[in-house]
Amino acid sequence: MAWTREEMAARAAKELKDGYYVNLGIGIPTLVANYIPKGMTVTLQSENGMLGIGPFPYEGEEDPDLINAGKQTVTALSTSSFFSSADSFAMIRGGHIDMAVLGAMEVSQTGDIANWTIPGKMVKGMGGAMDLVAGVKRVIAVMEHANKAGKSKILKTCTLPLTGSRCIDLVITDLCVFEIDRKQGAMRLIELAPGVSIDDVKAKTEAEFVTAL
Amino acid sequence: MVGKVYGDAPSALAGVVFDGMTLMSGGFGLSGNAENLVTALKENGVKNLTVISNNCGADGFGLWVLLNNGQIKKMISSYVGENKLFESLYLSGQLELELNPQGTLAERIRAGGAGIPAFYTKTGVGTVVAEGKPTEMFDGETYVRETWLRADLAVVKAWKGDHEGNLVYRKTARNFNPNMATAAKVTIAEVEELVPNGSLDPDQIHTPGIFVNRILQGTNYAKRIEFRTTRPRPAMDGAATGGEV
Repeated sequence: MAWTREEMAARAAKELKDGYYVNLGIGIPTLVANYIPKGMTVTLQSENGMLGIGPFPYEGEEDPDLINAGKQTVTALSTSSFFSSADSFAMIRGGHIDMAVLGAMEVSQTGDIANWTIPGKMVKGMGGAMDLVAGVKRVIAVMEHANKAGKSKILKTCTLPLTGSRCIDLVITDLCVFEIDRKQGAMRLIELAPGVSIDDVKAKTEAEFVTAL
Repeated sequence: MVGKVYGDAPSALAGVVFDGMTLMSGGFGLSGNAENLVTALKENGVKNLTVISNNCGADGFGLWVLLNNGQIKKMISSYVGENKLFESLYLSGQLELELNPQGTLAERIRAGGAGIPAFYTKTGVGTVVAEGKPTEMFDGETYVRETWLRADLAVVKAWKGDHEGNLVYRKTARNFNPNMATAAKVTIAEVEELVPNGSLDPDQIHTPGIFVNRILQGTNYAKRIEFRTTRPRPAMDGAATGGEV
């Protein structure tokens, strides 16, 4: 049994530590907020200019002046602060954020990531992703292991335009967890989802990796 | 001294708008948009605009109306998703687009306002963003040079402002507004509440009035929410839920 989206988010949450300042990307990464261990203080940063993101508001209490980077309505906490885009990215680029969790379309065995464009098909833009992978201390990619046709998204070399080079520390897919040594440019399989075998992972992975379960 | 206060958005734009100009427009998504000034720019009909803004509105709202009216020649943005009109105009070659990493965009604007023509950043190194730009090593790591952004006109939105142009923003509607206010030849601010001088605490001003040339009281804010997300209220009948009341 492969991990569900929720289970992948829960796995990513195990990487959190007390006192961390964390930026969560859109999609599965946003779900990580639901799995912060009880008793642990983790402060969520939103690149549109907020530190200390609270839960979604109650119906009828949505505030158009209070959104996250996914443009969803959120709430503030007693410890929250607001600031400009330039200040927000000073936090990100200045190395003040401890961890980021991002979605990915492709990740390479050396820690490259592609998640912002498919030339000729999709025009969206990188938003804050390039700043996050360049400036945050520890970067985790959460993604489907293979596309619908079964083709691996964990590659020797990314085929799509990069978001960043040698910047990913950990990859959590629906099948397994890989740890990447960015300096060495090497990937290790460190964990399997329940019911998934090493052979299953090998069959669905184009990248080279060593097994260290 | 000539006052900074104007009666409405069209009069505030008088004499500072011209075809081919570069415009900065504050906001993140549809939060913190200068709704009155963008509408007035549409009515003005100014053409061939180069627009610097994080996004380009959403269907029917924000800068989308200028795009739909054929007034924008080029966008400098970080994210233009959720905008079908943008995608079709761009893919058919009717619109120029320069995508910047969001932090690079914010810092280029900040640098423009601070008189700093260029700076180095790690963001974008090893990607198409760095292609053709000078790089340099600092402390053993490669950084890419990015240059400032400046505009002929910035339109910004604040919560409160006084007659001197001092501005206070509200929550995440601040975003790019204070940075853009510093980086244009002329900055026009629209506010939800234009208050008499002396009403704002000088310690709490986000944008000092020196950066604001013209100010107006905005009206009829739509403040559209792009993604309305909520949670259920806790049950009212017991102590089981604890937490908020």
